[in-house]
Amino acid sequence: MIDYFKNVWTWFYTILLGMRITLKHLFAKKVTIQYPNERYPIPPIARNRLHLDPERCNGCMQCARICPVQCITVETIKVVPIDPEKPTMFDGSPRKIWVPRYDIDFAKCCFCGLCTTVCPTDAIKHTIDFEYSSYTREGLIYHFSNMTPEKIEEKKKLLAEWTIKEKALKAEKAKQDSNVSSNEVN
Amino acid sequence: METFNVFEKIFGLNFLSALISVILPLVFLIIYALIAILGELKISAWIQERLGPMRTGPYGILQPLAEVVKLIQKEDIVPAGANRLLFNLAPYVIFAGSFAGFAVIPFSAAFVPAEINIGLFYVFAVGAFAVIGIVMGGWASNNKYSLLGAMRSASQMISYEIPGALVILSAAVLANSLDMQKITTLQDGGFWNWFLFGGPGNWTKIWIIPFTLLLSLIYMIASLAETNRTPFDIPEGESELVAGYHTEYSGMKFAMFFFAEYSNMFIVAAILTVVFLGGWTSPFGTFMGGFWWGIFWFILKAMFIVFIQIWLRWTLPRVRVDQLMYLGWKVLLPFSLVCFIVISLYRIIY
Repeated sequence: MIDYFKNVWTWFYTILLGMRITLKHLFAKKVTIQYPNERYPIPPIARNRLHLDPERCNGCMQCARICPVQCITVETIKVVPIDPEKPTMFDGSPRKIWVPRYDIDFAKCCFCGLCTTVCPTDAIKHTIDFEYSSYTREGLIYHFSNMTPEKIEEKKKLLAEWTIKEKALKAEKAKQDSNVSSNEVN
Repeated sequence: METFNVFEKIFGLNFLSALISVILPLVFLIIYALIAILGELKISAWIQERLGPMRTGPYGILQPLAEVVKLIQKEDIVPAGANRLLFNLAPYVIFAGSFAGFAVIPFSAAFVPAEINIGLFYVFAVGAFAVIGIVMGGWASNNKYSLLGAMRSASQMISYEIPGALVILSAAVLANSLDMQKITTLQDGGFWNWFLFGGPGNWTKIWIIPFTLLLSLIYMIASLAETNRTPFDIPEGESELVAGYHTEYSGMKFAMFFFAEYSNMFIVAAILTVVFLGGWTSPFGTFMGGFWWGIFWFILKAMFIVFIQIWLRWTLPRVRVDQLMYLGWKVLLPFSLVCFIVISLYRIIY
C-alpha cells in the first residue's frame, strides 16, 4: 500500500521535474541560425571552392601534376623574345609562359588542398564560397584563364614564327661553329 | 451576476439570434484552431531551442493558414475496399460531436449559445460522439492500423470517461447544479471563490481544498486521455500505428480530424475553466469584471489550459497501453472516488 502511494507520488513529482526542465528550455536562447540570411562563420583555413589569380600563375603545372583526381587542366604557350608586349609577372619579373587555358572541374575536385600547397606563387587559393551548384556537369568546370581567343591565336603564331626563326638562327650558328672548328682544325 | 444571451436581448428570441449564436462559436473555433496550431508549432520549437516556422509572414505567424490551404488542395483518396459511406461520414461525425459541445460553453455572462440547466451532462454526452467517429473511421478504412488505433481509442476513452465523470459529479455536488452559467456565477468574487480552492463559503472549506486541487488534477489527466494527446496518444502513435484511426484520410477529411482534435482540446479546457477556474469571472473580484472582460478572462484561462496541454505534449513520452489502463483504473478512479466521497460528506455536514 505504501509502495503504491510512493509510486504515484514519484510519478507525479517526476512529471513536474520534466515540466520544469522544458519550461527552462522554452525561454532559453534559440540555437537556430537562419541560414541564407545568417551564416555560421567559416574558419579561415576552410577548404572550399578554389580560385586562381591568372596574373600570378606562372604556368609551372605543379598543381595539375599533384592533383590526386586530375581535375586541373593546364595548357601553356612559351613567351618568345620577339613578343612586342614584354609581359611581366605580378612582381615585375619577366613572364616566361602564357597560360591560355586553366580549367578546374569541381565535380571531380576532392578539396584536398594539395594544389595550394605546391603553388610557388600562391596563385591558386581556397575561397570561402561553398554554395555553387549547376544543372549540368559542364557547368561545374570553371575557366580561370583571362586570355581572349584572339590573343591565344596571336601568341601561338608568334611562337611558330619564333620556332622557325630560332631554327634558322641555330642552323646559321651551327654553320659558323663548324666553320670556326674547321678553321681551328686547319 | 445576472446571465442572459445578448443576441436574444437585441434581436429577440427568433431565428436570427439563434443563427448568430451558432455561427459565432464556429468563427471563434476556426480562429482558435489556427492560433492553437501555430502555438503547437512554436512551443514545440521553443522547447527544443529551435525558432519554428519563420518564413510565412512576420515570425511565421501565417504558417497555420498555409497548412490549411495545403490540406484543402490535397487529393481526396478513398482506399479500395473501404466502406465509402462510413469512411466519408466519420470526419463529419467527429467534428459535429466536438462542435456540439460549444453549445453550452459560457463565453461571458452575456453570451452562451444555449443556456440549458444540464450543460455539464450535455457536454459529456456529445463528447462521446468523438468515440463513434473514431471507431467509424478506423473500421471503414479497411486498414489494420486504423482499426487498431480505433480500438485503442475506444478503450482509452471509456476508461478515462469514468474518473472524468466522477470529477464533474463532485463539482456538481459542490455547486448543487449542472448549469454551467450557474456554476460560473457561484464562483464570482475573486479567485479564492474558485472551486479549485474549495469554492465559495466560509473558513470550513479549508479542509476540502486538497481534494478540489486533486480533482482538478485528475480531470486534467483524464481530459488529456480523452482528447488523445500525448502522453496518452497511443491511438495515433506514429511509431506503432502510422497515424492510427486517420491513417487513410487525406486532404479536407484529414483537416476535419485535425480541427476536431483542437476543438476537443478547447472543450475540455473550457470545462476545466468553468468548473474549477471560475469561467468568465475575474480573479480579482469586481476589478476588470463585467460582460466584456468576461470574454477576455474566459479565453485567457482556457488558452492557459491549452498551453499546459501543449507543454505536457512536448515534455512527456507516450505511455504503454498497460500503463494507461493501470493509471486509469487503479490510480485515477480510486483517487476520484475518495475525493467524491469527501466532498459529498462536506456537503452533507455544512
